[in-house]
Amino acid sequence: MSEPPAIHLQNVSLTRDGRTILDRLDLDVAAPGITAVIGPNGAGKSVTLRVIDGLIRPDAGTVRLSPGRRAFVFQRPALVRASARANVALGLVSLKLSRRERLERIDAALARVGLLERAGDAATRFSGGEQQRLAFARAWAMRPDLLLLDEPTASLDPAATETIEGLITEMAGAGTAVLLVSHNLGQVARLADETVVLAAGRAVERGPTRSLLFSPRTVEARAYLTGELPWTSFAAAS
Amino acid sequence: MSQTLQETLFRLSTLDRDVLSIAWLSLRVSLTAVGIGLLLGIPLGSLIAVARFPGRGAVVGLLNAFMGLPPVIVGLVLYLLLSRSGPLGALGLLFTPAAMVAAQALLATPLVAALTRQVIADAEAHLGEQLRSLRLSAPRRAGVLIYDARFSLFTAALAAFGRAISEIGAVLVVGGNIDGHTRTMTTAISLETQKGDLSLALALGAVLMALVLAVNAAAAILRSHAAKAYG
Amino acid sequence: MDLLRRGFLTLSLLAALGAATPLSAEPASIVVASTTSTEQSGLFKHILPLFKQKTGIEVKVVALGTGQALDAARRGDADVVLVHDRPAEDKFVAEGFAKARQDVMYNDFVLIGPKDDPAGIRGKGVEEAFRKIAAAKAPFVSRGDRSGTHSAELRSWKEAGIDLGAVRGDWYRDVGQGMGPALNTASSLGAYILADRGTWLSFKNRGDLTILVEGDPRLFNPYGVMLVNPDKHPSVKVKEGQAFIDWLVSPEGQKAIADYTINGEQLFFPSAKKS
Repeated sequence: MSEPPAIHLQNVSLTRDGRTILDRLDLDVAAPGITAVIGPNGAGKSVTLRVIDGLIRPDAGTVRLSPGRRAFVFQRPALVRASARANVALGLVSLKLSRRERLERIDAALARVGLLERAGDAATRFSGGEQQRLAFARAWAMRPDLLLLDEPTASLDPAATETIEGLITEMAGAGTAVLLVSHNLGQVARLADETVVLAAGRAVERGPTRSLLFSPRTVEARAYLTGELPWTSFAAAS
Repeated sequence: MSQTLQETLFRLSTLDRDVLSIAWLSLRVSLTAVGIGLLLGIPLGSLIAVARFPGRGAVVGLLNAFMGLPPVIVGLVLYLLLSRSGPLGALGLLFTPAAMVAAQALLATPLVAALTRQVIADAEAHLGEQLRSLRLSAPRRAGVLIYDARFSLFTAALAAFGRAISEIGAVLVVGGNIDGHTRTMTTAISLETQKGDLSLALALGAVLMALVLAVNAAAAILRSHAAKAYG
Repeated sequence: MDLLRRGFLTLSLLAALGAATPLSAEPASIVVASTTSTEQSGLFKHILPLFKQKTGIEVKVVALGTGQALDAARRGDADVVLVHDRPAEDKFVAEGFAKARQDVMYNDFVLIGPKDDPAGIRGKGVEEAFRKIAAAKAPFVSRGDRSGTHSAELRSWKEAGIDLGAVRGDWYRDVGQGMGPALNTASSLGAYILADRGTWLSFKNRGDLTILVEGDPRLFNPYGVMLVNPDKHPSVKVKEGQAFIDWLVSPEGQKAIADYTINGEQLFFPSAKKS
């Protein structure tokens, strides 16, 4: 951990409609590598991702990010009624690329997720798994330094999940810092180097994934890990 | 009644060039008005859908109320504005097709804006966060949302066209129903009704209906063709 | 693949659809504010092409009630007025909105009612007929729109010695519309109505109605024409407007008016004073 953290949250608080959502949250994420964020529903996981991406302004605290590009993949892929290619292109608008480079990147990304032959097809006509692959192609084409993932496989079948997990691993391997919110503890165990447990808007425990999952130290982490089977909480989340 | 119907069919078979030029004027005035309504209403509706500002609820309510603006009120207000003694009298637009376009554009714009606001608000709920995350500028986000909602906006355009071509209150007042200049299908139908020539009025009504149906059918074909690809 | 551009393109295409047909500039033209009765009788359709052929000037007729027509001219929205309500016309001139009024033509009013004539007015004089209608409280339709015909009707009640304000009730229907709609209403109600002969002759939905009283000198209905005073409204097209008036009162224009017939019946009778 000699490199500076890719994400540095300190004392971040957020209240909405009188409810405390983030409560003096501290969180550091190193680059590269995959960090998982787990915790019960309402712990503030999704909000944390949105605060990091600048979509939500916290009421108080410090948010510091190392310079670079961010990409965000949501649980439900948000695609425009346009071709697959146009949807990937949307991610590159703010990058100011030459036309040639833009087209190359789009095709490479579509090829990587196995959708190149369908580049001209309407994205909104794709299956759920294909749509999420397309959303990853968009993120992939952006070559982000930080990838934010909000339960990216929660509505996918096992085969599609496996494809997506392969993509996540590959992007992390290429030097992207990944922050993964997931209720799928098997997925967390497979992918994440480090895991953070959020409860009631605070980071209550953090550590190497395996040791945290098998021997949690805090009451909150233990309650989440033992009291809720991954598939039941997944059902409740969706 | 059956006699009137028979006469109507006969009159339909003998409709002359005058009727064609009246139908053409109606079509041209209403399409231009809808074009202006779209150019103004879509950006306005999108802005209200996406922007957050104080009093937004009131603006939305006002916009929805304006969808039902009575044409004759629009006609009257516009008449007073365009009259030679009115503030815009120097333009000399009263009793011209341009005045009728303006009147129908005033009717179409709030309708388009209100429908656009609804459609774009739905698109924003679905796509807004993703587009902001992609760091797209606000105008570009609006553009993408409009593009995404284009099929629904098409329906808004048709609704506006239907309102424009079928209204009489506004075109009658600002157009003056001048034979050969500002006589539209609706004012012609009204005139023939007043003259007691009910079979001719009905024949003209049939032409107007055919016109509206033709425009809607053409739009439906275009739309289903495009929508087949994108859903 | 720029979605913004494409979104904008979609918009522009939709707009272009409508705007592609510009509303073109027009040749020399004047606006004549006239009455629904003149327009609906078909007279203008007969005489205006002749005038245009001779001068190239397009005459745009806006048909309103006489009162509305004079008001539109007062606001400067017409170049010429051609109406039929002498007292209102004289007032218009007195107010300075026109420098002069000229006789053009006349037609006459007819008192119309159901064939079975419940008030028994057939063949009577105008005054007696109006008194009988009021006495019988027989259904009567009034234009109620400050038109020349409306004025003539109100004058008739007065001349018959009837205080309309005192006797009017359900039988007296004030429709506030042009001659045609008023006739439609009378036709469906089986009511009496005062109408100008021109509109009556061209009116098709007569139902049970027929002419009951005609030919009384009191039913004389003169039309006057006036050029709106350019001192009041500089936008008035003096040259073209005066050309139209000059033509109307010329032997040629007067003949055109006299030539207009429906079913062989002449509707308007020239009355311009020879100068």
